[in-house]
Formats: sequence, structure tokens, C-alpha cells
Amino acid sequence: MLGLVAPSIAFLALFFVAPLGFFLFRSVDNSEVPGWLPRTVTALARWNGAGLPEEAAYRALAEDLAALSGSTALPLLGRRLNHNVPGFRGLITGTGNRVDLRQAGSMREQLVSLDPRWGESTYWQTIRRERHALTPFYLLTALDLRHGAGGELQRVPGDSAIFLGLLGRTLTISVVVTLLCVLLGFPVAATMAGSSPARANALLILVLIPFWTSLLVRSTAWVILLQNQGVVNQALVGLGLIDRPVPLIFNRLGLYIAMVHVLLPFMVLPLYSVLKGIPPELMRAASSLGAPPWTAFRLVYVPQALPGLVAGASLVFVLALGYYVTPALVGGPGDQMIGYFIAYFTNTAVNWGMASALGTILLVVVSLIYLALGRIVGLDRLAVR
Amino acid sequence: MPSHATVLERLGHFGIRALTVLVLGYLILPILVILPLSFTSGELLVYPLPAWSLRWYREFTTGPMWTQATWNSLVLAAVTTLVATAAGMLAAFGLQGLRSRFKPVLYGLLALPLIIPPVMVAVALFYYYARLGLVGTFSGLVFAHTVLALPFVVITVAATLQGFDRNLPRAAASLGASPLQAFRKVTLPIILPGVLSGAVFAFVTSFDELLVILFVGSPEQRTLPRQIFSGVSETMSPTVAAAAVVLIGVSLILMAVVELLRRRSERLRGAIHS
Repeated sequence: MLGLVAPSIAFLALFFVAPLGFFLFRSVDNSEVPGWLPRTVTALARWNGAGLPEEAAYRALAEDLAALSGSTALPLLGRRLNHNVPGFRGLITGTGNRVDLRQAGSMREQLVSLDPRWGESTYWQTIRRERHALTPFYLLTALDLRHGAGGELQRVPGDSAIFLGLLGRTLTISVVVTLLCVLLGFPVAATMAGSSPARANALLILVLIPFWTSLLVRSTAWVILLQNQGVVNQALVGLGLIDRPVPLIFNRLGLYIAMVHVLLPFMVLPLYSVLKGIPPELMRAASSLGAPPWTAFRLVYVPQALPGLVAGASLVFVLALGYYVTPALVGGPGDQMIGYFIAYFTNTAVNWGMASALGTILLVVVSLIYLALGRIVGLDRLAVR
Repeated sequence: MPSHATVLERLGHFGIRALTVLVLGYLILPILVILPLSFTSGELLVYPLPAWSLRWYREFTTGPMWTQATWNSLVLAAVTTLVATAAGMLAAFGLQGLRSRFKPVLYGLLALPLIIPPVMVAVALFYYYARLGLVGTFSGLVFAHTVLALPFVVITVAATLQGFDRNLPRAAASLGASPLQAFRKVTLPIILPGVLSGAVFAFVTSFDELLVILFVGSPEQRTLPRQIFSGVSETMSPTVAAAAVVLIGVSLILMAVVELLRRRSERLRGAIHS
């Protein structure tokens, strides 16, 4: 029997677990610096980090850079160190291409004359801090933290502290979308559960149609509907509710409209399957015992609906956290979520470490929610499709 | 029950029903509204339509970009469906017969691609494929889509097998059927609806998939979702609306197929148990 499962497991190990593992490891992987600057990191390990390193370190760096000169590794090393200190790239490539090992005299003087920045301790301290095969740099940056000159943790100054805000925005959007889905999904699921089987089936189809329509197609539909000359604005102007078109797209409002639409079926379907199982006699019994409708609803109905609510809400929340396509199409620059920045650091900035660090944080949040969820309701309730 | 409670209850009921109608309208209207727009004769996706026309559908069925994208999507989805259905069916069978404490772990692993954000899967595969030289290859796309489609097949077939009476193939064997015959004549007809549903899910997953294509596909490997995505981000020609309507149509047909298969499976099971 294991033999039948083995092909799928091996396949997933090869094309799912391994890629994710390698990618997540990239958030702490620092093999480039010790790999390309072997002499320098050895020399800098003996330096205490105060002032400037000794002549031996300058000599070691010159030899390392000269060895890389002309190869593709030199600009790659520059790009790597540029993540830590902007401007490092030019410093590395400029020095590496011009350094002359045969020139007599002090190597410190030669390097400082090639670029006076080699006389500043910042650059040396950065190489010294990044001398190990693993680095906490990307994960710290993703939390707006960094190591100070003395190695202590400090907050990144205001204008470059963007990642906690991004995380907060991602969580805010996901929470609002989840609450809206609960608010809009509950009456639909309750009505379906209280209808005759034939009508419940008809209503179910109305939920299943958007569920089966691809996320991209629905996001596209909302772009068409919400644009300034779009149907929604035309209707609102036509009804006399507004004088001229209001911006409904490329802002938070449009994003909420589209994301709730895309995720609502994930709320309704698990909730409906739970509500269907609540015997209607219970509510009748409650009211026959004198409970007003609201009290009966609160004390009898809601507690039994809770597993469905928790399952649906968590599913919506977790899916929302990782959204990329809908915010990219319908949201504005200020509405992009963590998934957008993972893509940005991959495609535009080519900073794998940051892409991976953000991915790690996203995955940690998602896993925590699923772990909590598995304890509360059991994961098998989540298989809706 | 006191009379004021009844009034409240009625009001509450009315409110819930009204809200239900509004929410269902919100769910379904965007899909309905885009339908007439795709038949516009004009260049803009706005009402009122200047005139009805099949102009953009003609563009969709004859424009080289769109026909190429449709063909690429179909081929990729077909191959993915074959691979994912075969592997997933075997895995579901194996899992059902497995008596091991690792069974939940294996099941969890097989379902894992469902809960990892797609953008992460796509980026991770890009990083991985770059080292293996699989970026921009057809097999790379098939592997990636199979990963995403496999959970749907495993879950659907496993659900069908749960109601499957293991004594039936045994009965066939006791009547002299070989294991292969018993599978073909007894087991397969009963689980076929589940397998076909799984295959449909696999097809839809691949056919609608965007992020993997964006990250690990080469520019020539444009599929319908990719073509729509770049259309929306750039020009927003009404061909995009026509393509969207075609995709909606495909989804609805496949949804109907799965629904029919589900009913057939229930009937079959009812017939066997009665």
C-alpha cells in the first residue's frame, strides 16, 4: 500500500517540499560573503570591530577582490553587500577592478586612495558582521530591526522602517475582509440551512458559480465594473446618488469589494455544512421555554454554529494573508500586501534574502493559525472543494 | 410566544432574507454584468453598448496571441490532469489501505500545497528551477501544476473510497475474477465518478493557474490567465472581457460535470446498498 502512495510523496518531496525548503533557507543563507572573501573574513575575525582593522585585513581584502576581478562573482558580491549598506556595490566593483597587488607600500593607503570609504569603519564592520555562513540580517530587516555598530539590536530609522507597517497592513486587510465575510456570509448560510432542499440547492448554485470562476477572472470583472466609467459608477450617477464618478478602484475600498467577493464562498460553504446539521427543533424549544428570538439565537444557535464560523473565518483569513493577484489588479500602491513584496523582491529588486525572509514570516503566521485551528475544529473540516 | 416577539422575529427573518438576496446579488452580478459587455462593438467596456457585435470574440479566436495562449493552456492542463489523476488516484488507494500511524502525516503532506500561499509556491519553484535549469520548460510547468492539482485528486478520490465496500472486490475474487478483472469490472465503475471529479478539479486548477506561469514560465509560454493578467494590467481591450467570459463558461460546464458525477455516485451507492 505504501508503494501506491510513494510516487506522489516522492513527487511532492522533489517539487514542493525541497523548493520551499531551499527558498526558506535563503532567508538565513550567507554563503556568498565567506565563500568569496575567505581571507578577509579570517583576518576580520581577529579584529574587535573598533576603529579600523589592521594592514593584514586590507591585504586580505585586496587579494580576495583581485581574485574575483573580471568574474561575475564581483558584481554579485557587490549586490549582496549592497543589501546591507547602499553604495557597497560600487565600492566593491570599483576597488576590485583597479586594485594592484604588486604595488609596493601599505595596502591600506592604496585602498583608501582608490576609495576613501575604505577609511570608514562602517564598511569593515559590515563585512565582519556578515563573515559567517548564516546571517540574521534579512529576518531582522523584515522586522525593521538591525545590528548597531556595537552589535546591539536597534530599530531601523523612520524612513526605512517599512516592513512592520507592511505586516500590519496585510493583517488589517485580512481581518477586515474576514469580518466582512462573516457578516455577509452568516445570513446567506443561515437562509440556505433553513430552506427546503430544492431551494437550498438553488441558492447553493449561486454561491458555487463564483466559487468555480477563477480568481483572476473575478478580479478582472471588478476592474471593469469599478473603473471611473464603469458600471458601478454609471449606476450610482444614474440613480442620482452621486454627481460625478467616485474613485472605486486602485484604493482600499475597491480592494475590499473585490477581495470579499473572491473569498466569501470560502466562508459560506463550510458554515452552511455546519448550520445544516443544527436541528430546527432546538430554536423552537428555546422559544417555547420563553427565550426571545435574539436570546435564543445568541445562546442556542451561535454556539452550535461556532465550529463552522471558526473554520470559515480562519480559511478566509489565511487565504487573504497570502493574496497577490487581486491587490495587484484592484488595489493602489498603498494597498499591496506581503505577497506583492515577495514578488517584488524576487522580480524587481532581485533580493532573494528579503523575498525569503518575508515568505518565512508569512508562512510562520499561516502555520500558527492552522495549528491553532487544528486544535479547535480539526483540519478535515476545511476541505471544502 | 408573546406577540411582540413574533413581530420582531418576522422583522428579523425579513432582514436576513433581504440581506441574503443582496449578498447573493453581489456574488453573482459581476459575472452577469461582464457577459453583455463582452459583446460590445466599441473599444471601451462601458454601457450603453454602441451595438452588439462578436468582434472581440473573433479577435479572441483568431488573434495569434490569444489562440496560442488557449492552445498552451489546454495542452498544459491536459498533461497536468493525466499526471495528477494517475498519481493522486494511486495515492488515495494506498492511503486507504494503509494501517500506519503515519497515515495522517502522509495525508497532511499530500494536502499541504492547498494551504501554502500560491505566490510563495511560485517564487520558491522559480528559485529551485533556476538551479535545475527548469525555468521556461514545459516539464517544469507540468511538475509545478501537478503539485497544485494533486491534493484535489487525492481528497476527492479518498472521499469516494471512504464509502466504498471493500467486500465487493473480494466477492468478485471469490467468484473467480483476477485482481485486475475485479478492479476493472467492480471497483472502477463505482469509484469512477470520484476519479473523474478529481480529474476535473486538476484540470481547472491548471487551466486557471496564473502565478506559477508568471514566475517560471518563459515569455513564449503564455497561457490564457497570463494573457488576461497582462491585458488587465496594460490595455484592457474588450478581448479580455471576451476571454473572461470564455473562462467563466468553461468553469460552469466543469462545475456542472462535477455536480452530475456527484449525483451519479450517490445513486450508484444507493443502488448497491439497497
